Amino acid sequence: MSLQVVNLRVFYQTLRGDVHALDGATFSIADGEIMGLAGESGCGKTTLGYSLIHLTLPKKFVDGWVKLDGENLPIGDTDRMEAFRFKKVSIIPQYAMSAMNPTRKIGKMTSELLESRKVRFNDILPELKRRLDLVKLPQDVLGMYPIELSGGMKQRMVMVLSTLLNPSLLIADEVTSALDVSTQQAVSEMLVEFRDHEFVKSMIVITHDISILYQIADSILVMYAGKPAEKASTTTIINSPLHPYTRLLISSLPKVGVKYSSQRLSGIPGNPPLLLDPPAGCRFRSRCPAAFAKCSQEPPFVEVKKGHYVACWKERGIYA
Amino acid sequence: MLKIDNLSKIYRVGTFGGQELHAVNQVSFEVGDCQVVSLIGESGSGKSTIGKMILGLISKSSGSIIFNGTETSSLKQDTLKEYYRNVQGVFQDPFSSYNPIFKSDRVFKLIKDEFFPSIDACEWDEKVENALKAVGLNPETVLNKFPHQLSGGQLQRLLIARALLLDIKFLVADEVISMLDASTRIDVLNLLADLKSRGLSILFITHDLCLGYYISDQSVILYKGHVLEKGVTEKIYNSPYHPYTKMLMTAVPRLDRKWEPVSIDIKAEVPNQIDGCVYYDRCPLAFDKCRQRPVLVEISKDHSAACWKLPEMIKG
Repeated sequence: MSLQVVNLRVFYQTLRGDVHALDGATFSIADGEIMGLAGESGCGKTTLGYSLIHLTLPKKFVDGWVKLDGENLPIGDTDRMEAFRFKKVSIIPQYAMSAMNPTRKIGKMTSELLESRKVRFNDILPELKRRLDLVKLPQDVLGMYPIELSGGMKQRMVMVLSTLLNPSLLIADEVTSALDVSTQQAVSEMLVEFRDHEFVKSMIVITHDISILYQIADSILVMYAGKPAEKASTTTIINSPLHPYTRLLISSLPKVGVKYSSQRLSGIPGNPPLLLDPPAGCRFRSRCPAAFAKCSQEPPFVEVKKGHYVACWKERGIYA
Repeated sequence: MLKIDNLSKIYRVGTFGGQELHAVNQVSFEVGDCQVVSLIGESGSGKSTIGKMILGLISKSSGSIIFNGTETSSLKQDTLKEYYRNVQGVFQDPFSSYNPIFKSDRVFKLIKDEFFPSIDACEWDEKVENALKAVGLNPETVLNKFPHQLSGGQLQRLLIARALLLDIKFLVADEVISMLDASTRIDVLNLLADLKSRGLSILFITHDLCLGYYISDQSVILYKGHVLEKGVTEKIYNSPYHPYTKMLMTAVPRLDRKWEPVSIDIKAEVPNQIDGCVYYDRCPLAFDKCRQRPVLVEISKDHSAACWKLPEMIKG
């Protein structure tokens, strides 16, 4: 079991009280698994991803624990996490385009980055060059400034940098959203390749675009309003989801071949609840077509079939 | 209704404006009455530039934009105002379309002051309410609120309601739903489709092929400011001819099909070429003749593409 997260709760501190952005996330990722993290804006997916590597104010660690390769990850303690960052847990940030220092040549920046982790640049250099070849970047980029690279090249450079020390866990936050479709496919496939080459053990891919996840992820965790709604293998989530939210979400996505005149899709009425003072019970209740009396209690996130977790009373009733 | 003929936009770039960037190059297409035409292209394809030229937000370099028989650049003052009574735009980011200092319904007041000064307040309020209901909003929940108090979907629908108040004939929808969440974007899309039946023509600018297919009658595929393929949406999606369109159709992530395991060769971006096919550098089929600019050739009724290999492809 590579990564294990149990009941993780992270709030944002504001003047008006705590925003319950992540309120009880429990899941695990196996070795070599690429887990997609999907959900609408404000559902806590980025909060979850960043909490695993860099939990700072206004984020506040409240409860829960995280284990990586059997070792406790002290995510609430910024100083102790320092030993894990980049070596064990690494991240490709959302705006990889602007992630590199514009005043340093890329090679120089890489060496400074490595030396801050007490790793000698020259020891890593042969491996770095091999990986640049793998992502089809010329080795000359090490002598260039970030501004000389195109968006797709920068994205690939950051991918190589982030995974240079073979972390156990890589968090990829919206890596493809700013790229063109052709580059998007190449970059996504490189993520899979990095896993196949065992540069990273397991990966969390955060995106709002479920169709990308369908292409590359092994499993998908769908979040809603700060809580996990459903986790299962990718094909199960896309083809036979159980949670009403996942069902409505998947069915509202237009596909090529679907026209409004022949098949009219519908969205989900209503809005997600405000997380400053979230309602009790199931948070999807007010928008859920299947809601009934029991939904005023909070549904637990339980395994209904092997590897298929759902937080919904209705589904639980069927299998219990 | 709207005819675009050989439209070009050239930007001066580089030190002292010494170089030219052809953002839009000799683009022609038509939007008929009650028709939705989608402009599909990646970033830098010039799709938004075309939209902004139609709205008169940026000037064109050459070519013509003809709305109901009138060249738009000849419009001045009164006639220009009349043009904006018929043609309006809605843009990608609803949050930056509003002035955050004022309440969001100020956009309606501005319309009244500018276009309908003679209507009395009660009648106007009723009109506003009807327009809001038409876009599926509850007037009580959205009126008298600041932009930050409303969601992106609500703000976007307010902007469409604003356009409806003018009883417009033509809407330029520039990536209107890209910023919205999956569960609400389809409602806005359905709303646009419904407006079509009320006699509205829409230029739907998008990079998302699925959304383009869902709503549009005609599609125009743009690449680096050039039209590579255009025609009836079904034909373009089901039997694309241009190598670029084919690549797009396979590379776009879909829920019903996994990517084919092809390794896409990504090269550094090359500047727009002045002559020759714009797709020359990336095209797998490129040959010598591609150094000359291909012209749009009709393949079948309402379907044309610009590629020198076209005769071979049609035959074989």
